[in-house]
Amino acid sequence: MNIQIEIEKKLTEHFQPAHLEVINESHQHNVAPGSETHFKVVLVTPKFSGERLINRHRAVNAVLKEELANKIHALALHTYTDSEWQGLYGGAPDSPACLGGMKRRVS
Amino acid sequence: MYSKVLYTMDTLEKIKQQIAENPILIYMKGSPKLPSCGFSAQAVQALMACGEQFAYVDILQNPDIRAELPAYAQWPTFPQLWVDGELVGGCDIMLEMFQQGELQPLIKETAAKYKQPE
Repeated sequence: MNIQIEIEKKLTEHFQPAHLEVINESHQHNVAPGSETHFKVVLVTPKFSGERLINRHRAVNAVLKEELANKIHALALHTYTDSEWQGLYGGAPDSPACLGGMKRRVS
Repeated sequence: MYSKVLYTMDTLEKIKQQIAENPILIYMKGSPKLPSCGFSAQAVQALMACGEQFAYVDILQNPDIRAELPAYAQWPTFPQLWVDGELVGGCDIMLEMFQQGELQPLIKETAAKYKQPE
């Protein structure tokens, strides 16, 4: 299965999100065209209510444990409750530009 | 197999010691002056903006730590900010805390706590 769809499916099943974006940002990085290595997730769910950020991220990481261990290299995570999301008129922040990672050292 | 276990123990001990000895510690790709990853760059920039001294470990220069720390931290990615022996989070958490004005007091209070003579 396509990794992006797999992530969407798992997060939808587990968090019943009010809003979910899974964006493949791999093309912005130092990887082959068509890669599925760098993702950004925007996840809005009432399940995050009363949870600190670190616990929200840990919950997402746990659901995507297999993908994080074997398939994906970077996961930008933006986690909100419904009311936090409604207060964020600009949407989630942009991911940073790539600086080359390991490969920069080779050249 | 024996040497593998020994290697693991050594690295884990090293990690625990770094976390214990450095109240403000970031594990990152590259250095604060020359980060090798956009996420590490943003994270360390937020940390530097807090205006206190901190320690860093370049995990690209320390592949053993890069391999072992995610399991110990129960956190799969880098950067990782550790404050007073606890994992605060990665880049997204640091930036959000910084924008909410929560990172600065945490860093300042921790720096002040460890500056005082015992």
